[in-house]
Amino acid sequence: MNNILHVVPLSYYVALSSLLFTIGVMGVLFRRNAIIIFMCIELMLNAVNLLLTAFSAQHGDASGQVMVFFIMAVAAAEVAVGLAILVMIYNNIRTVDINELNKLKW
Amino acid sequence: MNALIVIACLGIAAMMSEVLGFKKLLLPLVAIGLISVVGLFVMDWNTSIRYYHDMLYFDNYAIAFSAMVTVLTALWLIMSKEYFISTTSKAEHAALILFCLTGAIVMISYSDLSMLFIGIEILSISLYVLAASNKHDLRSNEAGLKYFLMGAFATGFLLFGITLIYGASGSFNLQEIANYLSKNSEHLPMFVYAGVLLMLVGLLFKVSAAPFHFWAPDVYEGSPTLVTAFMSTIVKTAAFAAFYRLFATCFSDLSGWWGETLAIVAALTMLVGNVLAVMQQNFKRMLAYSSIAHAGYMLMAIVAMNHISAGAIFLYTSAYSIASLGAFACLHALGANDNEKIINLRGFIAKQPFNAGLLCLAMLSLAGIPPLAGFFAKYYLFYGVIQSGYLWLVLVAVLSSLIGVYYYFRVIYTMFLPREEEDGVLPKISGGHKILLTIVAILSLLMGIFPGILQGIL
Repeated sequence: MNNILHVVPLSYYVALSSLLFTIGVMGVLFRRNAIIIFMCIELMLNAVNLLLTAFSAQHGDASGQVMVFFIMAVAAAEVAVGLAILVMIYNNIRTVDINELNKLKW
Repeated sequence: MNALIVIACLGIAAMMSEVLGFKKLLLPLVAIGLISVVGLFVMDWNTSIRYYHDMLYFDNYAIAFSAMVTVLTALWLIMSKEYFISTTSKAEHAALILFCLTGAIVMISYSDLSMLFIGIEILSISLYVLAASNKHDLRSNEAGLKYFLMGAFATGFLLFGITLIYGASGSFNLQEIANYLSKNSEHLPMFVYAGVLLMLVGLLFKVSAAPFHFWAPDVYEGSPTLVTAFMSTIVKTAAFAAFYRLFATCFSDLSGWWGETLAIVAALTMLVGNVLAVMQQNFKRMLAYSSIAHAGYMLMAIVAMNHISAGAIFLYTSAYSIASLGAFACLHALGANDNEKIINLRGFIAKQPFNAGLLCLAMLSLAGIPPLAGFFAKYYLFYGVIQSGYLWLVLVAVLSSLIGVYYYFRVIYTMFLPREEEDGVLPKISGGHKILLTIVAILSLLMGIFPGILQGIL
């Protein structure tokens, strides 16, 4: 397991997943299509997964990889609920653009 | 621990009641279940057992908060009795509420960061569905989507923070992380700080603290009133219990580093919540902003972090949640035709003086007027913060409480106005709502007269 970290040092994993995470955050903040926002949130979670496996290899400790399974399972459940909400909204207003959702304002 | 299993099984039973055909017995079953769960918690008092390789740790802190959220859920059920009788999918609603409660107890009693994550997600995923449960109401749709997007976004931050802390310490366990942090306090790697900061952002999102509060008023206003009541009381209590536990057991060694930041966030939250609540014409939205403001007060307990702050936050969350449930019960009973304006309360005191008096008590408790629970909760909280040396924070808190008094009294004032022609008929408050309002008033008074009991047990 540690061989992988000899070939590609840990700092590369940290940099890559931070980059992926940032792309995800930017996507959530700037895209207006709800489906794309979902995908960006998934990107954030997968950046976390990548980093967890890298750290888990570095420490030689399996609990990080178990956590990855937890995250994947929970993310799947979350997306199932989220897509159901989106389908419901699409049935009501025929679009998934979040700018069209403006019933609630202060 | 047995209590947690009972609640989860109760949730599954509620889900199956539709298929197996004991839907009529659902409500009594859930009520008996919740009462017996409280009994199980009381039996576990002073045992402090760690379960599943130290994944969950039921110390007195966890038991007290778990018992409290269970009692609050039972009170919430009283108000939603009619709702459960009229709606078609009541089995699903009951099951989702019980799963929420399971998640809340997991996130109160976690002793491992993976359990914190799982608890938050069990709670949140059920709540996304509940927030959007009014399928044909666009406002409920929008609330569900916003809550989902913001919740998932915040979870991303929380997880990235957890991962960075795992990367530094090599463990998810709170105790081991705390040991690691105190052993290496001189030369911690940079990403420990980034991890704590990201976890802080994730949790502040979840408790709707000031720079991250934008989703909360929309979600609270759009969701069905009963779900809003659940979110702003039980869920908020559980979130703060988890927040406090994390920072008290795990990151207390770094308190010099995050204390000031959190103090500023708390001050900002109180001011933003109270000032924006003043401008609201909608009762439900006003309560949403008031719940943001109260989140600011609760954050002060985490800033103070001394020997009385666990008791203070326990007393504060119970006082706030109970009074808030009363306000929501009134809102739900009176706002039958989506009429959630504050001016809809005109003539309330002339038509139904008893109910109006009870709502008055709830409002006074929220505003923090002695001798009600809200006053003593604030007193202990402020006392702890002064002892920790944040005098300026207490000054800001007192100032913003004064702003709070204004809009709570505006509600009371509106009740005294004569009812106009265009207001229509004021619905009669009866049944479950009236029972709940009475219980709320009695509890607020009792907790105000004997505040030391709740504060002293932690």
